[in-house]
Amino acid sequence: MSDQKTAPRKIFPPAVNTETEKFWKAAEEGKLLYGWCLACSEPHYYPRSFCPFCFSERVEWREASGAAKVYSFSIMYRSPTGPYTIAYVELAEGPRIMTNIVDCDFEKIAIDAPVRLVWKPSEGGAPVPFFTLV
Amino acid sequence: MSIKGKAYVMGAFEHPTREAPDKSTPQLHAECARGALADAGLSKDDIDGYFCAGDAPGFGALSMADYMGLRKLRHVDSTETGGSSYILHVGHAAEAIAAGKCSVALITLAGRPRTEKGGGGPRGGGFASAPEAGFELPYGGTTHNQYAMCATRHCHEFGTTSEQLAWIKVAASHHAQWNPHAFLKEVVTVEEVVNSPMIATPLHRLDCCVVTDGGGALIVTSPDVAKRLNRPRVKVIGAGEAPKGTYGGKVDLTFSGAAWSGPKAFAEAGVTPSDIKYASIYDSFTITVLMQLEDLGFCAKGEGGKFVADGNLISGVGKLPFNTDGGGLCNNHPTNRGGITKVIEAVRQLRGEAHPKVQVKNCDLAIAHGTGGSLGTRHGSATLIMERE
Repeated sequence: MSDQKTAPRKIFPPAVNTETEKFWKAAEEGKLLYGWCLACSEPHYYPRSFCPFCFSERVEWREASGAAKVYSFSIMYRSPTGPYTIAYVELAEGPRIMTNIVDCDFEKIAIDAPVRLVWKPSEGGAPVPFFTLV
Repeated sequence: MSIKGKAYVMGAFEHPTREAPDKSTPQLHAECARGALADAGLSKDDIDGYFCAGDAPGFGALSMADYMGLRKLRHVDSTETGGSSYILHVGHAAEAIAAGKCSVALITLAGRPRTEKGGGGPRGGGFASAPEAGFELPYGGTTHNQYAMCATRHCHEFGTTSEQLAWIKVAASHHAQWNPHAFLKEVVTVEEVVNSPMIATPLHRLDCCVVTDGGGALIVTSPDVAKRLNRPRVKVIGAGEAPKGTYGGKVDLTFSGAAWSGPKAFAEAGVTPSDIKYASIYDSFTITVLMQLEDLGFCAKGEGGKFVADGNLISGVGKLPFNTDGGGLCNNHPTNRGGITKVIEAVRQLRGEAHPKVQVKNCDLAIAHGTGGSLGTRHGSATLIMERE
């Protein structure tokens, strides 16, 4: 099904606030950050100024390797700009994060399939992290 | 403190409209309120507690109470948990009544998503300042594809099939054929569901609820008020609520918050799932029903597909009659929020006022359960157990 290639869907510019500014600056450099708690040693995503598990403020934001596997996905056909695939992928570092699977034959996407990080420009905002099949 | 036996649902009204281009949203709220008051045999100035959620226009409870002329209020609650809000509100009303904060509580829902063309599209607007906004909105998440991701995972882990999911819609359509107000009245087959256009894999168009204008209202009263009224008494005996989220990346799409709200409600009521005669189960999508039935304990986790198949949810045919009004899948999903209609049909069943073709015999114990928000990200679960007195 050739029409299942990625369509030119406009990517919403990500909302940035003072807490998440660092994340989107790193995105400009192609780095995907996740939160790491120095108190309880748990990773978290989306990154924030404290740990959502133990509530400690002793967190640092680390760079993810970009390796991940598909946790779940859905190919969206109810779209005026053509199909796109929303997904949760599990980072090699642990957290499961919402994303899109892009630049591949959607028919080949499967749960547990390995994927890797790719960046796409948004409409006037920071680049956004996506994933593609390895 | 328990709410068991502390409050009664004495008024219930579902607006008959499914498309209302000629009415305002506040007007629909007021018409629903009037309908529920008439059903209970009460008047406006009896209301001393008012409950509404995010669909109430303007300043929520303040705008609506002022608009309707509710002058005797001493308790307001505008807790917003999406489509489950109104099920949760019954529990909150029971708490307020038990604490002596009000004695006649009005709950309203109304809206016009059909007229205003707002059928579960990409989220934006008010969600732009949410803490998760930057990390979710760019991905084109909608109600459909977020719920669909739960279905994809469920099929993968438990072998659930599209045909099994379709049975949920088939059962709803069997009930809707008897409801003159139902938006979709035609009985459909499993084949028709799985051959309807794909919306978001694995969910087809007929796995999705309808988009309708309209609304509903409920009147919850103290035992003293209930005894003065000339209506069958529907007693609130258990309520549970629980939010569920993405938990810092520990996302688990295989269960809903019903796994937490359900046991609380059953424990308070002192009953078990096998005691339930009729179930109103939120049906934004077929997968919503399947997961909630498992999480509420009507079957084991992963067994939902087998449980719903072969007409098991059809009144008079299967073991667990559900959504006998046709539910959100066929009858009505006013303002994209189905919680209030879940309580309304449960009240009809407990009163013996459901359509004779779908009325459950000796229906003395019912559950109404809802999921509001998104099953695939964060949602509010509300479980309510009611008994005919």
